[in-house]
Amino acid sequence: MSTNWEAVIGIECHVELRTASKMFCGCANEFGGEPNTKVCPVCLALPGALPVPNSAAIEHMIAAGLAFGAEIPAFSKFDRKNYFYPDMPKDYQISQYDMPLTQGGTVRYWLEDGTMKACRLTRIHLEEDTGKSTHAGSGDGRIAGSTYSLVDFNRAGVPLMECVSEPDIRSADEAVAYLEALRRTLQQLGVSDVKMEEGSLRCDANVSIRPLGATEYGTKTEIKNMNSFRSVHRAITSEIERQIALVEKGERVVQETRGWDEVRGVTHSMRSKEQAHDYRYFPDPDLVPMEIAREIVEKVRASLPELPHARFERYTSQLGLDVKQATQLIDNLPLAQYFDAVVAASNNPKQATNFVLGDLSRLANEHETPVHASPVTPEHLAELIALVEGKTINSKIAKELIERMWRGDGSPKAIVEKEGLAQTSDPAAIERFVDDVLAANEKSVADYRAGKTNVMGFLVGQVMKASKGKADPALVNGVMKRKLEG
Amino acid sequence: MSSEKIDVRYVAKLARIALTDDEVERFGAQLGDLLEHVNALSKLDVSQVAATAQVVESRNVERVDETRPCLDRETVLEEAPQRQGGFFRVPRIIAE
Repeated sequence: MSTNWEAVIGIECHVELRTASKMFCGCANEFGGEPNTKVCPVCLALPGALPVPNSAAIEHMIAAGLAFGAEIPAFSKFDRKNYFYPDMPKDYQISQYDMPLTQGGTVRYWLEDGTMKACRLTRIHLEEDTGKSTHAGSGDGRIAGSTYSLVDFNRAGVPLMECVSEPDIRSADEAVAYLEALRRTLQQLGVSDVKMEEGSLRCDANVSIRPLGATEYGTKTEIKNMNSFRSVHRAITSEIERQIALVEKGERVVQETRGWDEVRGVTHSMRSKEQAHDYRYFPDPDLVPMEIAREIVEKVRASLPELPHARFERYTSQLGLDVKQATQLIDNLPLAQYFDAVVAASNNPKQATNFVLGDLSRLANEHETPVHASPVTPEHLAELIALVEGKTINSKIAKELIERMWRGDGSPKAIVEKEGLAQTSDPAAIERFVDDVLAANEKSVADYRAGKTNVMGFLVGQVMKASKGKADPALVNGVMKRKLEG
Repeated sequence: MSSEKIDVRYVAKLARIALTDDEVERFGAQLGDLLEHVNALSKLDVSQVAATAQVVESRNVERVDETRPCLDRETVLEEAPQRQGGFFRVPRIIAE
């Protein structure tokens, strides 16, 4: 990107809420399944059917709003958004227009270098999802050239939150980091599965450019059809470049909706007929307003877990983890909770990080079992850390022990005591081991004294072997060096 | 009487209703009268009346998040003008 331009980006996300039933009826809210098997008179809009809001969905909205520090107004209502589309059976969508369940708020996120950023939210409102159309007859599933469409209403009426951000994002990197923060927060709140591949998280980006330092916004375009965080990054990068090239050629950016073409790596205009949307919102007479009791808000607030950005700050500034380590833990909540338990029991965040992200994560991969479900309890790992910290065992024995703990051998302290694995730090004993090894390896000794000092590693290895791995390697090194050079 | 201007063709288009020129004229006059009638309300002093979205006084009608049996698919598709397999089949969608 040319240094003279700054991108201004806002993101709209649609997130399907995780509930047992749909937003306004008792049909199951589940991904997939045989078409048109999770439908009833309400979500099919049969005449006379009346919607009744799902209280869990409303609580999810309050939780999400509070997690982002939004205001939860005392009064809220549903409105009808009127338009025609075959996958929307009522010919209107129940949504929220001027009195959404949450107002304002901020998404805090971090970049790869650890910089904390904030993006303000305009609002989060609650609505219902549409059905799903499959376009047929064109051969490639695209709407262009199709001769008919097939509609499945299983998704119609699934509770959907729309999170609208302010235009506070300045790059494709920031856009992806924002989305990651939004995703992990909603996931850790338990309000959504947030799976882009299943469509439970979908997003559009509004992109414009302006001269660096300008305060007015340029003309924006809305980018659609981004199916992964990677395509969000590529689409925004490509659109910023397109706009800069246009403006530098003396042309103007046209306000329009553009679709991202994953294969060609460009955005293209989606204008067919220029038609201003006129949704004619009005309060839905089928639904009575909501008065959100402050007790409910406080109850939800009290139940909020530690949020990802707070955890990130705790891990990086208090516990001394680097950005990558902190992110790796935060993106795997059960592992982060396990790590927290190890830190609490051992009071040694450095060793806890090494074991949890090192040996334990490797074993978890090998055995395809998550760390928290393994036989290694946080208390046993803390014991192991204490044994290493107190120099009772060396790191080689520690590695062996953790393998055995994974196999279910239990307390490392008990194993060490039972099998006499404690490190040998008795200078006299180590001296004897070293003397024996030097006597048995005259050639290596001669080589060392002739300047081939790299045989040292071999000789130390022999001592470790003779001591069954129990000798303190630091002591062995010292004694060996003294004897060889003395 | 239709001092209130209303774009009948635009409203008809939003509602996907085809109107003849005669109908546009007739409905235009009728809708204008209606608007004028409603406009009488604007003469009232409502400065002391709170904004309202619903005239019924009930609030917070919600249901517990529990599933209930859905309709049988054959029943669902019985009345469909066109179907294909388990889907509703609809005419070509013109991209918006």
